[in-house]
Amino acid sequence: MKTFQVTRPKDNAQAIATVAKSKTAQQGADIRFIAGGTTLIDLMKLNVEQPQNLVDVNRLTLDKIEATPDGGLTIGATVRNSDLAWHPLVRKNYRVLSEAILSGATVQIRNMATTAGNLLQRTRCMYFRDTAMPCNKRQPGSGCGAINGMNRGLAILGTSEHCIATNPSDMNVAMAALEATVHVRGAKGERAIPIADFHVLPGNTPQRETVLEPGDLITHVTLPPPAPGNRSLYLKLRDRASYEFALASAAVVITAANGKIARARIALGGVGTKPWRSTEAEAELTDQPANEATFRKAADAALRGAKPQSQNAFKVELAKRCLVHALKLATQPA
Amino acid sequence: MSNQDESPENPPADAPSGIGQSTRRTFLSRLGMASLLATAAPVVTTWAQRSGKVQQQLSTESKDAIPVTLSVNGKKHDLRIDPRTSLLDCLREHLHLTGSKKGCDHGQCGACTVHINGRRQLSCLSFAALHEGEEITTIEGLGQPEKMHPMQAAFVTCDAYQCGYCTSGQIMSAVALLKEPCGPEDAEVKEFMSGNICRCGAYPNIVAAIQRVRQGTKSQKVG
Repeated sequence: MKTFQVTRPKDNAQAIATVAKSKTAQQGADIRFIAGGTTLIDLMKLNVEQPQNLVDVNRLTLDKIEATPDGGLTIGATVRNSDLAWHPLVRKNYRVLSEAILSGATVQIRNMATTAGNLLQRTRCMYFRDTAMPCNKRQPGSGCGAINGMNRGLAILGTSEHCIATNPSDMNVAMAALEATVHVRGAKGERAIPIADFHVLPGNTPQRETVLEPGDLITHVTLPPPAPGNRSLYLKLRDRASYEFALASAAVVITAANGKIARARIALGGVGTKPWRSTEAEAELTDQPANEATFRKAADAALRGAKPQSQNAFKVELAKRCLVHALKLATQPA
Repeated sequence: MSNQDESPENPPADAPSGIGQSTRRTFLSRLGMASLLATAAPVVTTWAQRSGKVQQQLSTESKDAIPVTLSVNGKKHDLRIDPRTSLLDCLREHLHLTGSKKGCDHGQCGACTVHINGRRQLSCLSFAALHEGEEITTIEGLGQPEKMHPMQAAFVTCDAYQCGYCTSGQIMSAVALLKEPCGPEDAEVKEFMSGNICRCGAYPNIVAAIQRVRQGTKSQKVG
């Protein structure tokens, strides 16, 4: 590990001014914010990230969860995953978010990991994590070892010829289905970014994963008020029952009455290069009867653009069945 | 050799008289010292005989060292450490609290679990410099052989370990679990304990030890 300086800023402005001097906010950034450190320190030990300056945001009091006047929720950037998952308002109004967070990692890691850190969680692609391997995300232009390599766990949606790395987060999938907004304060002021626009597809520049620029500090995330009468849940399929990343997962937020679906918000995990909101699936569900035929149509629509690799073709059907089962559970009589 | 009385083979009278009275750690470090003496040049031997000098020579302070104040098991420590020092390495190598173990060093096994402000976290996956002003508790702060925490006693009673390497992490997690929203069933305990790997496979007895303490706590409350 290369050595670094630890900076303890006295307020947001000082933290932002320090990190704004970084050459990039993306892969290989020389100055980085640090909160829980569960991803960053792991990658620093692997020499995948080598920041020269770590700006500790843990004392900036970005750790509050508060109801908004409109009935939504504000979640501070450094709220720990455990606190978010078990918060009474999250348990009551945003069940899918609680379930998604609790399905990921372990208690120890959830006690450390933060909301903003989870939004910026890095891929588990083994070629990204191993500096002896080619990886366009880590070393642009070096090639992708995963295409035609070990790609069983990697993405089938949103891939490019340069990168097929999966976004590993469970929380992000729930955030996508809940239409969260990411609030950022940067050198040029504040902006609110819909979660759907926050992560970017790899395309020709897989080293860029989000729209963040140097100095952009995520201050909080907001959730809109819960859709009246909705039911939501997170279903995660994986190689073992606990402490494992998703092979496929589904976050569903459904409002149904008299056997008919009035409103649906759908996102998939474990299959996309970013948290995969499927408006195609939502369109197939809206105003349709809540039955298996409808669910299957929605699942087909969600996976229509899938591009399986040599080892992960099974994920196409797995993700479809995952979504169908999640929809069944969310619409069955209480 | 002119000074045989002070050599490790003939320790002074106040030192532990033999391997039987050593801890595993002092035995291993003495073994290391013995091999150093066997192979090093005479000048190093002289250093070694002036007790403690060898260790100082080998652990010079990093040129990038920064001041860090940590509160561990109720005691404050003013340290100068390399910023790269993980909390785990700081506890083990600087404070000599070797109860917390290094398994994977990547946050995957749970052997390094400690409590920070009463919550369990992974000490290998954090830098010591990020924990100023927080209250850190290690297994040493939880209990001692003569006065064990009820969870430590339950691990003994239930035979909840084999090689023991993961045990301190298991116990730190188990104690934290008592205050977490964990349901009553064994299955829920297993889920809450999934961040602590035991390669010996002592899992059934670990669950039994935890349930024993939880039931004891509950019946005390009821009574």
